[in-house]
Amino acid sequence: MADSMTAAVTAAAQPRSSSLQRLARRRSSIAFLMTLPLICVILGLVVYPAGYAIYLSMLSRRMDEFVGLTQYDILIESDTFWLVVFQSCFFAVTAVIAKAAIGFWLAHMLHHIPTKGQRKWRGMLLVPWVIPPALSTLGWWWMYDPTYSSLNWILAIFAVPAVPWLGEPWWARVSVIIVNVWYGAPFFMIMYLAALKSVPEQLYEAAAIDGASSWQRLRYITLPMMQNIISITVLFSLIVTFANYDIVRVLTNGGPRDLTHLFATYAFQVGILSGNIPRGAAVSLFMLPLLAVFAFFILRGVNQRNKEMN
Amino acid sequence: MSKSEVTRRATLGAGVAAVGTLTAPAVFGQPTTTIRCGFWDHWVPAGNDALRRLCAQWGERNRANVNVDFITSVGNQNLLTIAAQAQSRSGHDILSFPTWEPAAHQRMLVNVDDVMGRLIRKYGPVTPAAEYLGKQGGNWVAIPAVSGTQMKPACVRFDLMQQHAGIDIRAMWPAENRAGPGADTWTWDTFARAAEACNRAGVPFGLPMGSFTDAVDWLGALFASYGANVMDERGNITVRNNANLRAAVDMAVRISRQLPNDVWAWDDASNNRALISGRSALIFNPPSAWVSARRDNPAVGAQCWTVPVPSGPQGRFVGYLPYFWGIWNFSRVQGPAKELLEFLSDREQADAQTSTSAGYDIPPFLSMNDFNVWSTEGPPVGTVYNYPLRAHHNARTSVAFAPAPANLAVQAYNQALNTKLIARIVQANESVDTAFGWLERELNTIRRGG
Repeated sequence: MADSMTAAVTAAAQPRSSSLQRLARRRSSIAFLMTLPLICVILGLVVYPAGYAIYLSMLSRRMDEFVGLTQYDILIESDTFWLVVFQSCFFAVTAVIAKAAIGFWLAHMLHHIPTKGQRKWRGMLLVPWVIPPALSTLGWWWMYDPTYSSLNWILAIFAVPAVPWLGEPWWARVSVIIVNVWYGAPFFMIMYLAALKSVPEQLYEAAAIDGASSWQRLRYITLPMMQNIISITVLFSLIVTFANYDIVRVLTNGGPRDLTHLFATYAFQVGILSGNIPRGAAVSLFMLPLLAVFAFFILRGVNQRNKEMN
Repeated sequence: MSKSEVTRRATLGAGVAAVGTLTAPAVFGQPTTTIRCGFWDHWVPAGNDALRRLCAQWGERNRANVNVDFITSVGNQNLLTIAAQAQSRSGHDILSFPTWEPAAHQRMLVNVDDVMGRLIRKYGPVTPAAEYLGKQGGNWVAIPAVSGTQMKPACVRFDLMQQHAGIDIRAMWPAENRAGPGADTWTWDTFARAAEACNRAGVPFGLPMGSFTDAVDWLGALFASYGANVMDERGNITVRNNANLRAAVDMAVRISRQLPNDVWAWDDASNNRALISGRSALIFNPPSAWVSARRDNPAVGAQCWTVPVPSGPQGRFVGYLPYFWGIWNFSRVQGPAKELLEFLSDREQADAQTSTSAGYDIPPFLSMNDFNVWSTEGPPVGTVYNYPLRAHHNARTSVAFAPAPANLAVQAYNQALNTKLIARIVQANESVDTAFGWLERELNTIRRGG
């Protein structure tokens, strides 16, 4: 009897926690609750739109009939679509390589000037990146304008014949890439500058003692130390460049002869302008497997390097 | 009698109060209906004022609130709005639908056969291109709008044409209801010879060949005047062994070789700039180019004269780019919306819209092509007299890729298949047969998707 009394008192002193309280005390529950807003954002802004786009791409043009993969099948048979695939890959790969090379060079230049002057140059070089691209592209369009190109006006001073910047297919391709590189190179520059600053100075000192040339320092110290950041920025930029829309839309509208269309501009033309939303969704979803391939190889490289370092 | 019992006097009083409350809005003339309109944001600055004023006027007369929004077509904002409202089944009651949109959204638009029937009885037939676009499956799904509807005849520098091509275009097409001497020789062949002469003189015709509407429309009018259809009414592809198409392509190639070498990248503003700057002797455009020239370069503006498009073996066709007023089927005020649109389509209101836009807006009814504004605008006075279709023009409106079913034609139109066909031959040096092969494959892709 006394034992049972004692047990009752103890129970009263330490009230039994409810299952809700126990759940709240668990670390995993707290972690889940704290990430819940992010999960909601991802569900609402990524998963739902992506799922809806996949659903749309399987509908008929009037969106009243489920047609499975017919829209994809039609695209695969279209000459124009394969032009778009080629141009998107050409545009993204060329522009990203150029941006990475220019960004790397600029970062090196900046890294080697005194801190006081560096801040000024850094600010100025970031200007293209902070101007809204739709606005800066309009400026470029005025420079490329078929009839009143200011670039051609300058060329004329040196007796160089006018260049059909947007009218001739290869010039048009080069023109849109130039604008994308101009806009995106500062991003690479700032990322690489940060990476350069994190390379330990002792490594360079040791290399100098060993008599390494500047090329050898770059090849055996700088590049290996920056490899991961280069991979990540390239992947990030590849995704953004692949999905580019405004530059081509403003400068060429995909012309001449569809040779500058990218996935996004072509999807807009097919989906919104031509009233074929399912086909437009199918065009834009074609980016997914291509980007997945790029992402797979780049991230695999990053993982391998991390394992080697560990 | 207990206190809680309701007396006869109290019941009567309550009844009077209730009736009074319910009828109060009507008694005091308060609006009982709200119509939300999304009209096209007019390029001519004063263009919106007419619609705003007319809607307010109708609202006052009918005790309705008419909320008017103007949606720009810059950046295709209007198309995005239409797509969003169609998906969400909410938004405005009345929307302005550009050229192909009524056909695309026909299942979501209220049938307006009753309104169009009354208007046609009153004003006669509608221009054929508007009927092709607005009447789907035998029913009117939207009302051809006045505001925003344009045509694309030739805007000619009459001084340059006279000087370099020896054509007195003003005498040929005077600001009167008659054709002048030589009007019957205003054909595509004459046009091509004039293009050659003006190109030699350094003032080439400013005809875009890119993927924007001005390019597709002028080439569409040329193709139509040769009877060169690439698809028939049933959607069958008619590219192979099509002599009319080959003749039209030959003419288009001949003309395009006389154009500036950058026309393949021109947009809808490039031709206007070519005219306004004095570098071009002719463009195909509504009077907006001339209005800008009058403001920015009066010397050029004073030398412009609008004339019909040249004719071909199958007749004379002029590019037509209409707007439509449609009512969503999710609207709860379909009846009043129809009444408002009928009011806006009446002759008096159409005249107000056209006059406010300096003659830019073209009413859909052929009987309305005699508004005074086209006779009085200038300088030079009468410059836009021949902008609307006149009986002596012997012309019809055309939409590129008609008579193909609208759901297929819209895709060919927006992909500018006609200008790309010519670009492949002229710019990429492909043979006509190779280019036709490409066109056929593209049309097959369009047809397969429906």
